[in-house]
Amino acid sequence: MTHVSKKTYFLVWLALLVLLFATWGAAEVNLGKFNNVVALTIAFAKMFLVLLIFMHVKYEKRLTWVFVSAGFIWLIIMIGYVMGDYITRNEPWHTMLTR
Amino acid sequence: MDSTYSPLATPYEEMPQQKDAATLGMWTFLATEILFFGALFLAYIVFRSTYPDAFTLASHHTIVLFGTINTAILLTSSLTMALGVQAAKEGNNKIVFRYLAVTILFGFAFMGVKGMEYYQDLQDHLWPGPHFEKSLPPQAQIFWFLYWVMTGVHAVHVTVGIFLISYIARLAAKRRFSAEYYTPVEMTGLYWHFVDIIWIFLYPLLYLINRYSA
Repeated sequence: MTHVSKKTYFLVWLALLVLLFATWGAAEVNLGKFNNVVALTIAFAKMFLVLLIFMHVKYEKRLTWVFVSAGFIWLIIMIGYVMGDYITRNEPWHTMLTR
Repeated sequence: MDSTYSPLATPYEEMPQQKDAATLGMWTFLATEILFFGALFLAYIVFRSTYPDAFTLASHHTIVLFGTINTAILLTSSLTMALGVQAAKEGNNKIVFRYLAVTILFGFAFMGVKGMEYYQDLQDHLWPGPHFEKSLPPQAQIFWFLYWVMTGVHAVHVTVGIFLISYIARLAAKRRFSAEYYTPVEMTGLYWHFVDIIWIFLYPLLYLINRYSA
């Protein structure tokens, strides 16, 4: 198992804090539809940093990657199929849940 | 460390095999946790898509300062947890104990801030029901319902994490870990980092919806 240096851990932590203030700052600026994109992109970036470095997934064997991916794939299936249903219905969005 | 104690248990023939099994088992459990929280995130996505303006207005009553501080607390606790796992890999039980103790303190700090925040939220009539804040549209109660459930369930997970880390810290105090056997520390680390990741997503979804118009 490869050894992750203390320096790497501190750099990742610093990056996470920078991203934290970036996402807060971005929310205070009107970027229109982009606000959502920026917020989610930063959240995913933070998640990958924690996942790959703090949780060592970057250094794990392929079989572990399969197990890690499984949870996320099922989540994507759940969100994808449910939202796919709603957004492809032939009726106005706001009446969807109030019928 | 007691030389007659062998952490290698049946059915495993070698320590690396046992460690791999533990890792895969832990990730299987985390997959169930992803779906557990995932269902709540799905509900959030559905209702925010349906009532975007109500959600935006509702979220402006969250206390950004508390949310941001708590995010910083959890991110730092992940650092100290990762450093604790590394110390365990080096067989340095004393340092493991210290890093885990600091992680637990951060866990308590998170709960403390959350408690203060919950108190303020209740003062501001943000509990869905007959006494809900009147200036907000009725659909804002859906946002706040999700807020209480998602942060509440998350807080339960933080509490469980504190207990788990305490137990592992106690084992470290008894000098149980070494370069050959530090799996429990690493698995506990995986759980704690997972709780951190959940919050990494909760923070922007609950606190940062178009703050510029707050």
